[in-house]
Formats: sequence, structure tokens, C-alpha cells
Amino acid sequence: MDLTATTTIRRPRSEVYAFWHRFENLSTFMAHLDDVRSTGGGRTHWTATAPFGRTVEWDADTDEDVPDEKIGWRSVGETDVPNQGKVFFVPAPDGVSTEVHVVMAYHLPGGELGKAVAKYFGEEPNQQLDDDLRRLKQVLETGEVVRSDGAPYGKKARAEFPQRPAQPLSPEERKEVAPS
Amino acid sequence: MKATCWAGRNEVEVRDVPDPGILNRRDAIIKITSTAICGSDLHLLDGYVPTMQDGDVMGHEFMGQVVEVGPDVDPAKLRIGDRVVVPFPIACGACSACTAQLYSCCENTNPNAGIAEKTFGHPVAGIFGYSHLTGGFAGGQAEYARVPFADVNPLRIESDLSDEQVLFLSDILPTGYMGADMAEIQPTDVVAVWGAGPVGQFAMDGARVLGAAQIIAIDKEPYRLQMATDQGYTTINFDEEPVLDRLKELTGGRGPDKCIDAVGLEATHGSALIHGYDRIKQAVRSETDRPHALREAVMACRSGGIVSVIGVYGGFIDKFPAGAWMNRALTLKTGQCHVQRYMKPLLQRIERGEIDPTRVITHRLPLQEAPRGYDVFKHKQENCEKVVLKP
Repeated sequence: MDLTATTTIRRPRSEVYAFWHRFENLSTFMAHLDDVRSTGGGRTHWTATAPFGRTVEWDADTDEDVPDEKIGWRSVGETDVPNQGKVFFVPAPDGVSTEVHVVMAYHLPGGELGKAVAKYFGEEPNQQLDDDLRRLKQVLETGEVVRSDGAPYGKKARAEFPQRPAQPLSPEERKEVAPS
Repeated sequence: MKATCWAGRNEVEVRDVPDPGILNRRDAIIKITSTAICGSDLHLLDGYVPTMQDGDVMGHEFMGQVVEVGPDVDPAKLRIGDRVVVPFPIACGACSACTAQLYSCCENTNPNAGIAEKTFGHPVAGIFGYSHLTGGFAGGQAEYARVPFADVNPLRIESDLSDEQVLFLSDILPTGYMGADMAEIQPTDVVAVWGAGPVGQFAMDGARVLGAAQIIAIDKEPYRLQMATDQGYTTINFDEEPVLDRLKELTGGRGPDKCIDAVGLEATHGSALIHGYDRIKQAVRSETDRPHALREAVMACRSGGIVSVIGVYGGFIDKFPAGAWMNRALTLKTGQCHVQRYMKPLLQRIERGEIDPTRVITHRLPLQEAPRGYDVFKHKQENCEKVVLKP
């Protein structure tokens, strides 16, 4: 399954590249990622939420890295969902902004997990990556993921439809999302 | 706190809901001192805007006092105790749209941008109390409201102007004024305004302060036309006179140089037949909006003129007179108001006495009576033009 998405961010190319290059940052805006940690030597360890409350983990190597231009990564070793990704940073015509173009590929396993993952991404799998990039833009342009009363939980907005009413959160609900 | 909530089509209720708190680091909490019911709230009430949910707090015109600020609100911009008017579109101030002063098209403030994108092609800004399509933000017909990007959006009021003098800077005054601004008014212009509701009245006032030669109000409610007459504007009652003929008479056959649609998607038509056609198409969902005012404005406008649309449209229309538009070199301009662009200059015009926003207020009600306010406004009872609610 191939996913593509693109957005334009009004920040310099070097800054957008540097943010993505620090893979730990990816889980702040990518809905399915719980955690990405650098384990040294260009290797990262990824933890993602899979359907039915399962988590999927894998190691990835950075196999392409041209400062300010592109980053590529690819899962290595035994994993349930082999995957790879590439991101390109292109100067926008306005001379200020950066176009971010992402291509990701998931090799879906057979059996129950493969079906479940496909279903999780839905009929329009690009949508989730679109939303991920929207949040990347929010983080880089405004400092954080924007929350509303109807969609207070940041990364999961689309999955929550129909949402909670556009009504203030109770103190208990707010504790879950309070700014640190 | 008490808040006016959407409770299904044609129903609003004042309910007890939790007090708002800080959700993002640049939020502020406002204790609301005055709020108002907008004509576009009626589109929500009537069920023409999708993605409303039971319990959504209504209201996008409000002002009050800052009682709490998030940790990242720049104290040079906003502090606890400040008295502020809050613009209805939520802007981040940092994206390309905000940089170009297209605040209502902010690229970052709508958490449901993906859904808005499906409906509109590209997303639009978050708006307070205005469906989940525009973000699912609780509105301001309540005792308190959370205001995101509080160091970008609210306008501080430092003079002793009353709430009623400045409240409408949140929406209807800038919205009406933008209708005139987009029309690029020249001293020789005859400007026709469809709709003499509050936004239409302020479009006329905008055309006046921008120097139009003549201003014509088109409506069917005698009390609304009287308000325009009181300001020295010419009026056409479309229930009594054929609008296109009358506009030709008034302009020596040329047609108005600039036409402003301050009606939008729930227009009524003088002809029961045409109204029925659109009403039925709307009911069976083969057309979502009833665009009589827009059609008429396009047909009326003089060749090479500007049709400026500030009435709200939400979806699709039928029988747009594209031939008239194209062959007669008309320019169509529109947008949800970029309120932040106009607040300061319009505040100055209020201070100088050039515009008196209080002239449209006909009803002042306690927040508890919001449902009655919606009712009289919707049904144009008691000569209702504008309802201000006091929490």
C-alpha cells in the first residue's frame, strides 16, 4: 500500500528538514505512531498503534539523507508490517515556505492483521497522511497541534467523528489534554 | 456555566455545561459581558449547515474580559483583566493565509480541516460555535468562552465605548463593511444591497463611509427598509415592486455599479413559484442553497461591475446566471469576513462617530432568554433586527 501526501509550511527548509530528521518528533503529529526513538548509528525504533489495541514495533535504518533536501528510511529485520518512507523538502515559489512531499509504502502481511491494517487506513488511506501533515504544519507554524472542544485530542480528530459536542470539556476530560 | 446549545433542528436550549479551560498554550478564557445572535446562526438553527451536534454551544459574536491566559500568551499582547472583542474566525497569524490577511481562510485553526476540505476543496479557518465543519469550537452565547491564539485574535478595547458600540466588531460590522470594501467603491457609484438585515445595514454604512453616490436597500420587511430610509438610503420592497425594473429606473437603465448580496443561502423570492422551485430542490437535497439574491444581483449589475457576496453559502446552487456574469464582464468577489483585517480601522470609525453600530439593536435579552431571541429573530417578529444577549 503506497501513501502520498504533501503540504506547504511557511518555515525555512532547513528548519523543516531538521524537525523531521529528529525522528522522535514524528510521533507528535503522526496519528498512528506512539513513539520513535533513536537507537544510534542511524537506526530508530518505532512503535505504532495497530487495530484492536495491538501495537506493532520495528527498527528502521535511515538509508538516504541529504541535508535540507530529503530523508529516506526503511524497516529492517523481522517485522509484522515492513515499511519504508521518503520525504522531500522543496522550496516553495514564495521564497519563504517549504513544500513537504511524503511517500510511504507499507507491505501488508496476509491474514487477519493485514486485513485489519488495511481497514484501519480505510478506503482513502492518503487521508490519514494528509491529516498527519496538517498537524506537522500546525506544530511548525504555531508551536503545537490545535485543539477544539469537538476535537480536543489532537492526533485522533478524524477517527473521532461524530465528535464530542462543541462544548467545554469537564475538568477530568481536560486533564487528558492539558498543556504540559 | 450557562450556555446556549443546539438541540436539533429548530431548537436551542440554555443548558448547564462545564466552564471552559485552557487546551492550548496560547488560549485565553473570556468572561463574556455581551454576545449576539447572528443571521448565520439561523442557518445552523434551520439545519442548513451540516455537522452540527446536539449540545454544541452556539454563538460567534461575543466580547468580555480576560480571566485566564495560557502559558505562552504574549503578555505584551494580552493580559488578565483586558476588555476584548473576539473576532469570529480563529486565525493563527503565522500561515500563508494569515500573512496575506486572509484570516477566515487560516490554514491551521480548523482541527477538522480534512472534512472541510472535502466540502470546500480546501479547508477554512476554525469558527466559534459554527458546526464541526469549521472546527467544533464551543461558541460565545454563554457565560465564558475559550479563545485560541489569544495573542493574535482579540481586539483590546481601551476607551470607554460601551459594549453595544463595539460588540459588532466581532462579525457583522466588518462583514458588512467588507462587502463594500470588496466592491471597490468609487464616488460615482450606485450601490445596491440585497438584504436589510444587520449585515446589509452595515454594508450600506460601509458604502456610505467609502463615498458611494447612492445606496439602495432591497428587502421585503417594511421595518428593515425603514431603518435604511432613516439613514438616507433608497429602498425597494421586493414584495411590492419588480426589483430589476426598479433598479433600472433608479440608474437610468445602467444598473447598479456595485451589487452586494447580504442574504445568502436562505433567500426568499418575490415569486412564490421560483421560491418553491428552490425550496423543493433544497428539501430533496439536489441543491443546498437558495440563491435568489445572488442571481438577481448578477442580472442587475451594470456591465463591468462588481458583485460582492457576504451572505453565507454552504454548498451548491442551481441556475447561476453564468451567461450574464461572463458576457457582461462582471467580477464576483466574496469571502467569510477577514475580521482581524478590519477591526482596528472600524473601531476608529466608531470612535470618530462615522458609524453607529448600535442603530441595529432592537432586542436586549438575558442569556436565559436566548431561545426566545432566536424565535423572534428568525420569524422577524416584534420588528426584530438584532438581538443582544447579556450573560
